[in-house]
Amino acid sequence: MIRSGSLVSYEEHGDALVVKIGGEIDHHGAVSVRTGIDDVLAARRPPRVFLELSGVSFMDSSGLGLIMGRYALVKRYGGKLAVLNPSPAVVKMMNLAGMERMIPIRTGRKKG
Amino acid sequence: MRNTVDFSAEVQNELCMTLPSLSVNEGIARAAVAAFCAQLNPTAVELADLKCAVSEAVTNCIVHAYRDGVGEIRITVKLCEGRMVQVEIRDRGCGIADVRQARQPLFTTDAENERSGMGFTVMESFCDSVRVHSRVGRGTTVILFKRLHR
Repeated sequence: MIRSGSLVSYEEHGDALVVKIGGEIDHHGAVSVRTGIDDVLAARRPPRVFLELSGVSFMDSSGLGLIMGRYALVKRYGGKLAVLNPSPAVVKMMNLAGMERMIPIRTGRKKG
Repeated sequence: MRNTVDFSAEVQNELCMTLPSLSVNEGIARAAVAAFCAQLNPTAVELADLKCAVSEAVTNCIVHAYRDGVGEIRITVKLCEGRMVQVEIRDRGCGIADVRQARQPLFTTDAENERSGMGFTVMESFCDSVRVHSRVGRGTTVILFKRLHR
């Protein structure tokens, strides 16, 4: 079986859902990550969602699609999404697409 | 500021590989290119930029060129004099009807699968020069040029 290079885990802090993504986010990994997150979002509809990216070692433009897609999904049901602890390389990618103007980027540990 | 690109620089070492257009090979392709380029002692940022650009080009082959099946992706890495890295990614897929349009930021023909349309923009931003040759029905060749600092 061909495995994805991305890992996802979830933590709830009050009304916030922290989605921790690790590994490499490319087209190959993004598909399974997207499906997993969307299932959780559909079931819980958390008002606040944080994509915690400190464990992401690589991200190409497939990651931009992943973040933008989740942002749109959360916004559609009335929630808010922010990106937490991205590496400089991930920030560079987000800036290239102008995403920092739309999606808040936060650093430091998020407290519920 | 972009580096000057000498397209005729002498080749000092070369790697050639062929991979089927399976998505799992995106990571293998960029890792192999990075490993080969490591002999020039690039900075971590240069290596990350190169990996990203290669990943975009290979993903284009998988997602667009061979959208209806699996085909061959040929990757040639040339280390040239003056610390110039040249990576050629070639497919024999469907080709691009309008290369100029495809290179526009945010342009995508696959929005429903959350393609961001930033592939060529990433390649152009992270490399010194990008050449694209394509013929509909015959395939596409993308050549990335990146000069490494001393």
